Amino acid sequence: MLLAAFTWTEFAQQLAAGIREGAIYAGLALAIVIIYRSTRVINFAQGEMATFTTFIAWSLMNQGLSFWAAFPIVLAIAFTGGVAIERVLIRPVENAPVLTIVIITLGLALLLNGLMSMIWGGGNRQFHGPFSTRTIDVGGVPVSVQDIGIVVVSILLVVLLGFFFRFTKVGLGMRAAAVNRDSSRLAGVRVGWMLALGWGIAAVLGAVAGMMIAPVVFLDPNMMQTILLYAFAAAVLGGLDSPVGAVVGGILLGVTITLLGRYVGFIGSTLKLPAALLLILVLLLLRPGGLFGRVTVRRV
Amino acid sequence: MSRLELRNVEARYGPVKVLHGVSLTVGDGELVAVLGANGAGKTTTLRAISGTVRRSGDLVFDGKALSRRTEVTARAGIAHVPEGRGTFSDLSVWENLRLGAYTRRGGIKEDAQRVFSFFPRLEARRNQQAGTLSGGEQQMLALGRAMMARPKLLLLDEPSLGLAPIVVTEIFGALERMKGEDGMSVLVVEQNANLALAHAARAYVLEVGNVVVDGTSDELRANESIRKSYLGY
Amino acid sequence: MRARLWPELSAFAAVAVVVALLPRFVSDFRARELAIVGMYFIALLGLSILTGFNGQISLGHGAFMAIGGYTTAILSVDGFFGHQLRDLWTIPIAGLVAGIAGLVVGIPALRLSGLYLALITFGIAVSFPQLPKEFDHFFGGTTGKILDLAKPPFGLGTTTNNWIYYLTWGIALVLLVAAWLLVRGKTGRAFKAIRDSEVAAVSAGISLPRYKTLAFGISAFYAGVAGSLYAIANAYVNPDVFPIILSVYLVVGLAVGGLDSLFGMIAGAALIYFLQNHADTVARWINHLPALSLDPKQPGIPSVVFGIVLIVVMVLLPTGAGGLVRKLFGLLTSRLYTRS
Repeated sequence: MLLAAFTWTEFAQQLAAGIREGAIYAGLALAIVIIYRSTRVINFAQGEMATFTTFIAWSLMNQGLSFWAAFPIVLAIAFTGGVAIERVLIRPVENAPVLTIVIITLGLALLLNGLMSMIWGGGNRQFHGPFSTRTIDVGGVPVSVQDIGIVVVSILLVVLLGFFFRFTKVGLGMRAAAVNRDSSRLAGVRVGWMLALGWGIAAVLGAVAGMMIAPVVFLDPNMMQTILLYAFAAAVLGGLDSPVGAVVGGILLGVTITLLGRYVGFIGSTLKLPAALLLILVLLLLRPGGLFGRVTVRRV
Repeated sequence: MSRLELRNVEARYGPVKVLHGVSLTVGDGELVAVLGANGAGKTTTLRAISGTVRRSGDLVFDGKALSRRTEVTARAGIAHVPEGRGTFSDLSVWENLRLGAYTRRGGIKEDAQRVFSFFPRLEARRNQQAGTLSGGEQQMLALGRAMMARPKLLLLDEPSLGLAPIVVTEIFGALERMKGEDGMSVLVVEQNANLALAHAARAYVLEVGNVVVDGTSDELRANESIRKSYLGY
Repeated sequence: MRARLWPELSAFAAVAVVVALLPRFVSDFRARELAIVGMYFIALLGLSILTGFNGQISLGHGAFMAIGGYTTAILSVDGFFGHQLRDLWTIPIAGLVAGIAGLVVGIPALRLSGLYLALITFGIAVSFPQLPKEFDHFFGGTTGKILDLAKPPFGLGTTTNNWIYYLTWGIALVLLVAAWLLVRGKTGRAFKAIRDSEVAAVSAGISLPRYKTLAFGISAFYAGVAGSLYAIANAYVNPDVFPIILSVYLVVGLAVGGLDSLFGMIAGAALIYFLQNHADTVARWINHLPALSLDPKQPGIPSVVFGIVLIVVMVLLPTGAGGLVRKLFGLLTSRLYTRS
């Protein structure tokens, strides 16, 4: 059935490309999950926030900074911006209906998108990433250094976050605030700041994802829009509540979509997105909580 | 010297006023009980202290006015074990205990050892999700969490609710020992007036948001109307 | 609850009179602009039924408009089994096709609540434009389909734009009455009960599957009609006529109009049109503020203005224009009825 010509080498290459795509989705999905867990908000501006910070990185590098010099500055800006957005835009509507908050994040996405067009203009830009695009031989399969770099950076980030949430006091406070605000306050956790911190960390994750993907796809204000959708799909796939699920969901989706697009002629490149959507829809009907969705165990 | 003093405290849920000017004191190292029927405002009294309900009036803790912000009261040394115990069901037993000590640094391992010495069952379930514990174990965990904070004042809401008598004995035994070792004050709300008076030095009786009677446990036990309405003999 | 019948009836009468007379006072071009506002209004009525009255979020109503638009285009250009239909008769069919699509989407929506539904419908909005590109022999690909220019029927001696204006607003008023009757009736009560509490609705014997899919279907029908009119007015359809952002704009209009205020949707529709086409004017207004000078023609201005309006409205006025009017009206009437 419509299968394209098949070689193992090419399959391995596609697999690698899928994992690279997946790593980006995973990063952004993780950002979505962290915000969702702490404030029960789906941040539709996550993509534009990431692109915006990537543009800042681009500007800094245009000023003559190297990528790794710009990197921490951008992360700091992203973190501050994320915290500020939570405090200024989300806090006042904390108890408003879901729709209100969804609309505000959509408004933020429009605003940031417009600002990018105003400040930097449209059109594609070459973004010089930290990794070379030359390929090296990994067990007989040519894989680009850039792809390996992206995956390694993503893994590092996930490990770092896991460590932060599991072993640090602030990380524990953030998890507590996400699951039980009242009890957290009683334990002395500054819940408001924990939520803002969640937005800050999410913005940092987005910034990293943006700076990683920009060298692959060219930088423009709409760079993250489709990627954000895949990230949503990945987050839903893994279960909106589960950071581990977001990562697994991202990789799984990246690989599935890449392979489907390459080997099922019918899907090609235009129907990847609808295919992803269909996948998610079917999954949600079978398992409403996602793959890693928590089955809440509680005894009273 | 009194550790906590409430003067004319009022509290409301939206338009409904629940406390109409409650005044009470809790002394240093003293265990004080609040008794009353359902809806008398016992829980609300505790919530007014920890700032989890809208309130007005004078609240003095350790000689200073008490903040309205829950986080700040917790950091000032008030541990509140709320109705429903406030367990973090998704976190492990150990993480729950770590959260108890959130407001301070150091000594977490030693304090946890002390909690485990009181409640050995918690140590066995250290890495278990707290939501899977039995009711009694969750109450022990709640008390353990409060202990981890080394509070100056412990607010306990219905610790005996829904628990088997043997578990209740275990919990109150631990409470007495904790109080003795740390010199903390305790304000406990109880339906079970016999139990409360057995452990408390003094008690206040609330009716529809007002203190109607107060006195030492012996005085209250001797009061005939109290005996009829609350002690049931 | 206050009897709200007479204010609504008089509001309707006022709207009808204004709608009927307005073209006499404005230019032909303005009539066309107002017609497009009317199309947004129709789509917003549908969205209001779904979100405002039934509590289901849809970020994908642009796709239902596109379905309506494409139905009209295909039927009037390629025809049905070689028989081309007059554009006018394609409008109800477009509504039905979109409505059926809505019912189909409504089925999975049953199991998805709140944010999941928002995500899935957003996914539909984003994926839909890919379909015409992929199946280009049927949809005409990226170039789309060119329709005949709409002509007034029965030899009416009016301009095309005036004709489209009257057609759109005529349909809009009929659909407004229909929506109003719907939300006041038994079905509307069921919708609202589900919105307020699904559990309570079920225990009162209301069938969730029936009413939730029904709401989706009706809502999509409205969007389909709007999309059909849009295609007729533009005389062509292609994927860019119904861009992804259209779905977002509709939600903006809904929020500004005030979720469950049918009349408020007129304000929402006007805002969508105005911000989309006259963002430069807004930028000039903003320039009156001290220390600001935006270039009104700069790319990105529409999005910036849209975003700011959206955020400000949602933070300051969470019940939208409808809520504001109701609040003012409530103040007024309570003044009238309380003797002091």
